[in-house]
Amino acid sequence: MSRETLNARRLLCPLPVIRTQDRVKRMVAGEQLEVICTDPGVMQDIPAWCRINGHAILETKAEDGEYIIVLEVGE
Amino acid sequence: MSEQRKAAALISGGLDSMLAAKVIIEQGVHVEGINFFTGFCVEGHTHAIRERDRAKPKRNNSLWVAEQLGIKLHIVDVIEEYKDVLINPKHGYGSNMNPCLDCKIFMVNKAKQWIQENGFDFIITGEVIGQRPMSQRKQTMPIIARESGADDLLLRPLCARNLPETLPEREGWVDRAKLFGFSGRSRKPQMELAQQFGFVDYAQPAGGCCFLTDESYSAKLVDLWQNRGTKDYELDDVMLLKVGRHIRPKSNFKVIVAREEGESRFLEGYKKEFTSLISSSHSGPLALIDGEPTDEDLALAGRIIARYGQGRDAEQVDILVRSQKGLEQTIQVAPFAPEQIAEEWFV
Repeated sequence: MSRETLNARRLLCPLPVIRTQDRVKRMVAGEQLEVICTDPGVMQDIPAWCRINGHAILETKAEDGEYIIVLEVGE
Repeated sequence: MSEQRKAAALISGGLDSMLAAKVIIEQGVHVEGINFFTGFCVEGHTHAIRERDRAKPKRNNSLWVAEQLGIKLHIVDVIEEYKDVLINPKHGYGSNMNPCLDCKIFMVNKAKQWIQENGFDFIITGEVIGQRPMSQRKQTMPIIARESGADDLLLRPLCARNLPETLPEREGWVDRAKLFGFSGRSRKPQMELAQQFGFVDYAQPAGGCCFLTDESYSAKLVDLWQNRGTKDYELDDVMLLKVGRHIRPKSNFKVIVAREEGESRFLEGYKKEFTSLISSSHSGPLALIDGEPTDEDLALAGRIIARYGQGRDAEQVDILVRSQKGLEQTIQVAPFAPEQIAEEWFV
């Protein structure tokens, strides 16, 4: 399955959510997106955005001051 | 079976817009939320930046509200378009730099465009007559509807019974009898309705997250415009006004001094856009210079930031000055005593 990467470093919420939303609009169901951020707020905001918009969170992790979220685009 | 109608709800993250959307959902209308990001709703940013707050980031209230309501939420970036609203508000500012009436007209206009593009039927907001001194008054309700171009596609479920019928009411898409006639500044009716719907947790206070209503933030924005000689800004300006101490000893430059480790780290990201200073002989905060300082000004800035570092009691402190292009020089300064930093320098 294809996976895209979105660099949302240095952006503060809700901009990482907006950039995620805009990228997901151009993707199709089943594709995966890895979002790399530096604002810890994304750890709640992006999963919340995914839950209300029908996308699945596959992975969240924090490493070296970065927050990485992998989601799968829903129908 | 009649077609299910669709409404776009302006969701701020506060209680009123949450209730307004819920009232319409309860009437069988398909509701989706829209939240406009102007750049000034930055309540979570200090938490994201400051070291002591990073472990407890603030939730995004609009996303939280959408989740409680079980609706989709579309967050729309209007940063660029919003500049004209803030810089040239037709209806003026409120008690600070808040152009609330123009802001509401702008957002309802954007929502009108959105419903046209997305096949929705009408717009709902959480406005209540008399709730806010500038934008939510009996006289401003028709101005917002008219100047936004939404006209009778704009329904305010919490105060609709005090206003003329809108299209959704006339067409029977919603039942006017099940809408409300709230008015005034009291929050009691909203809190009672929240209780009826079982909402126990919601954002308080109801004033929203817009920093343009904040006196201190507005003063910094006015200072920025006055000293640049132009009413313009970029998103980075909006962010930097929230970070650090802003000290303007002379009209041609301002010093932004980090208050703690997290702010220093955040300001690091701007070292290619601003001249930066940091003590190299003692530990201390990073500072940025906004403006066009002379060598004498840099020495003055150095004395200021030395006052906030571990060398504050030393006779002399080395300050590393780095230009936007990365050119470095070290200057020696005597730290200011607290009383030497004039109160009027603080923006």
